[in-house]
Amino acid sequence: MDPLAYRVWIIAALLAAAGLSMSFYKWQALGLPIAPQAQTEVWTVEVTVSFDAGPGPIKANLYIPGLTPGFAILEENFVSRGFGFTPNYVSGGRQVQWARRSARGLQTLYYRAVIYKDPAQTESDTTPPFPQKPELDEPFNTAMEVLIEDVGAKSADAESFTEELLKRFEQPDADENVELLLGPAPSATDRARTARTLLAAARIPARTIRGIYLQDRQRRAAIVPWLEVHDGASWLYFDPLTGEQGLPENFLLWWTGDDQLLEVDGGTDVELRLAVQRNVMSRIEIAQRRAEDSGSILNQLSLFSLPIQMQAVYSVLLMIPIGALVVVLLRNVIGLQTFGTFMPVLIALAFRETQLFWGTLLFTTLVALGLAFRFYLERLRLLLVPRLSAVLIIVVLLMLTLSIVTHRLGFESGLSVALFPMVILAMTIERMSIVWEERGRVEAIQQGLGSLFVAILCFAVMDMEIVKHLVFVFPELLLVLLAGVLLLGRYTGYRLLEIYRFREFGKADD
Amino acid sequence: MLALTRALRRHGVLGLNERNANLIQRLNERRLYPLVDNKLRTKHLAIEAGIAVPELYGVIGNQHDVRSLGDIVGERSDFVIKPAHGTGGDGIVVVTGRSARRDHLYQQADGEYISEAGLRHHASNIVSGQYSFVGNRDSAMIEYRVESDSCFERVAYQGVPDIRVLVYRGYPVMAMVRLPTRRSRGKANLHQGAVGAGVEIATGRTLSGVLGNDIVHEHPDTGEAIAGMIVPHWDECLSLAARCHELTGLGYLGTDIVLDRRRGPLILELNARPGLNIQIANKIGLQKRLALVDGWDDDCGSEEKVARVCEAVLPKRLRTETRI
Repeated sequence: MDPLAYRVWIIAALLAAAGLSMSFYKWQALGLPIAPQAQTEVWTVEVTVSFDAGPGPIKANLYIPGLTPGFAILEENFVSRGFGFTPNYVSGGRQVQWARRSARGLQTLYYRAVIYKDPAQTESDTTPPFPQKPELDEPFNTAMEVLIEDVGAKSADAESFTEELLKRFEQPDADENVELLLGPAPSATDRARTARTLLAAARIPARTIRGIYLQDRQRRAAIVPWLEVHDGASWLYFDPLTGEQGLPENFLLWWTGDDQLLEVDGGTDVELRLAVQRNVMSRIEIAQRRAEDSGSILNQLSLFSLPIQMQAVYSVLLMIPIGALVVVLLRNVIGLQTFGTFMPVLIALAFRETQLFWGTLLFTTLVALGLAFRFYLERLRLLLVPRLSAVLIIVVLLMLTLSIVTHRLGFESGLSVALFPMVILAMTIERMSIVWEERGRVEAIQQGLGSLFVAILCFAVMDMEIVKHLVFVFPELLLVLLAGVLLLGRYTGYRLLEIYRFREFGKADD
Repeated sequence: MLALTRALRRHGVLGLNERNANLIQRLNERRLYPLVDNKLRTKHLAIEAGIAVPELYGVIGNQHDVRSLGDIVGERSDFVIKPAHGTGGDGIVVVTGRSARRDHLYQQADGEYISEAGLRHHASNIVSGQYSFVGNRDSAMIEYRVESDSCFERVAYQGVPDIRVLVYRGYPVMAMVRLPTRRSRGKANLHQGAVGAGVEIATGRTLSGVLGNDIVHEHPDTGEAIAGMIVPHWDECLSLAARCHELTGLGYLGTDIVLDRRRGPLILELNARPGLNIQIANKIGLQKRLALVDGWDDDCGSEEKVARVCEAVLPKRLRTETRI
């Protein structure tokens, strides 16, 4: 390979690598979606606390989600009139404390969080210490010793020990020791607590966690206890009722320990309601907010940091390179001729507003009428620049007339003719009329239709949802595009239409 | 289609992309373009070097000078007006005579009349850049109208045929005669519908022709056979073409030569981006000829270069004759 081609390949490779790696980072690390209009589930979890204020100072402690494996908190709000609030970390997780010196009547406090699935979130807890062996009264102590020994004999490690233990809990009647330890009609919380005691006796760290199932439209979501066992390396989750291992998919961990969700000092008739609502949200928006929090430099350089009107401008401008690529392909690889190199791209931009059918119709009408006027102007023997200006003015007048006529006729689409690039149209008309005179009408019409065809193709590509989305969300992909154009710039093979042009050489062989 | 591509490659056909990247961009420095894009500069350069060109009567360089058209023309009844920066033969008006009845009415090559005001408007269009490559201001040149040598009379419809010689690094590698047709309106430009007839470099004998992209054997208007004519002054044409390389420094050059009835071969204009249909006219790919020259050095003089090419591409039939 000659050194120049080598250099072009290297530059193209570097550009493509830069563009692709930046996009990959934004996709993987910031979670920007590759597919257009990707939406993801978000849940709005709302806790409403209401109580009657007593005469004294009021203090309300509410656990709020903190460490939530499998989920991330997008945003949270605290609403409480007249209360001071401080969120802080406690041993059971995260808590918010509302406080007020005095209040009267019914008080309502709100906590709201928007939560979305995020597989990257895991429980990053330190390894807990080995628990103290619990001291129980007789006959419980003996029951515990017997049971531990029995279960220990039938298990190998913390995981199998827990599984075996919970299996026995399922049928309390079968083993009197279990029946004794669990007591009559044990709830899930009771089972979890007893399991914890027994696990502690076997020197296995364990704790109860509490959470809710995220389901749509729950007015009063139930708090569900879950058993967590540490096997020396990580936390394992068990359903205290069934003994099944693992966290259910939609389980949101809320807090750990045996504390109540809410504790209110100085209030009576405390009522707590936990509502869950499912929504969908654009993934771009989520990635956006998350990136804002993480303070990523790429995010600060992103298009989304621009004012919304500028974003709209760039959503159009960013399509121009796509059109340019199409033009390069059609001209240098296919071999089509157009009036003006990038005229079809600008026409294609106008098609975005007019839509294809009306765009084609209006474009053809404008050029045809403009040409008719231009031929008349030729007879007047005007100087070049005044003649071009005259064509431009006529184009504008034609556009106005077309808009009014189509509006009168009730075709509102005709109004969008105003979006055509009139200077480009005037130049197209001028060049077409010169080709018409110099090379004949066949070639002029051929080139005109060629330009229109290229414009339609540009539009078809520029209008693809996936293309629009990718370029807007990952503008660095334009570097990849640049690399492609550079490589095409070194393409020295035949153009497709040249193979037809030089067909005589194929015949010569026969 | 793949078979066709392979056939093209086997014949060494040069494509536009390759011409642009490997010939024009590599061999033709951009700073040299004005020498050939501006026909006025080409003409001055050629005159300095003693190369024969059509005589220049005058130049109109701005709108104000347009009114002096009559003075430049004077009493002459045949002349040519053309843009200094024109491409593809666009914007050229050939005046062949004056109306006997009205003094300010001129007859064009196609027989139609044009008034002096019409000519002035045309000159004004030229000056304002209508025919120039990028729409810049231009000059209108008024020059000697070449009267074609009678040799091509039977295969030219009006107009003046010219000889296009492709010069690669000073070696004339391929040539054709461009014959005007009714469709080209007397212009010797293939894009406008003229016929290109390939010419054997070694002998100056015409081969079959190309019209559009098809091979033709007869002139479409006169019906005469294209092949088998001998171009007069052929050696002189080749050496003129080869010298144009030294004149301009362009490594890939198209030279347009006309054969004037009285003055013989004249350089009409030069082209830094010559077209590729000359390959169809000669039924041979350019790359074969370029490969031939690629082994040769640049240092020898233009006569030597012409001789080398003629020796190398001598047709087989002639070689056997010389052996006998």
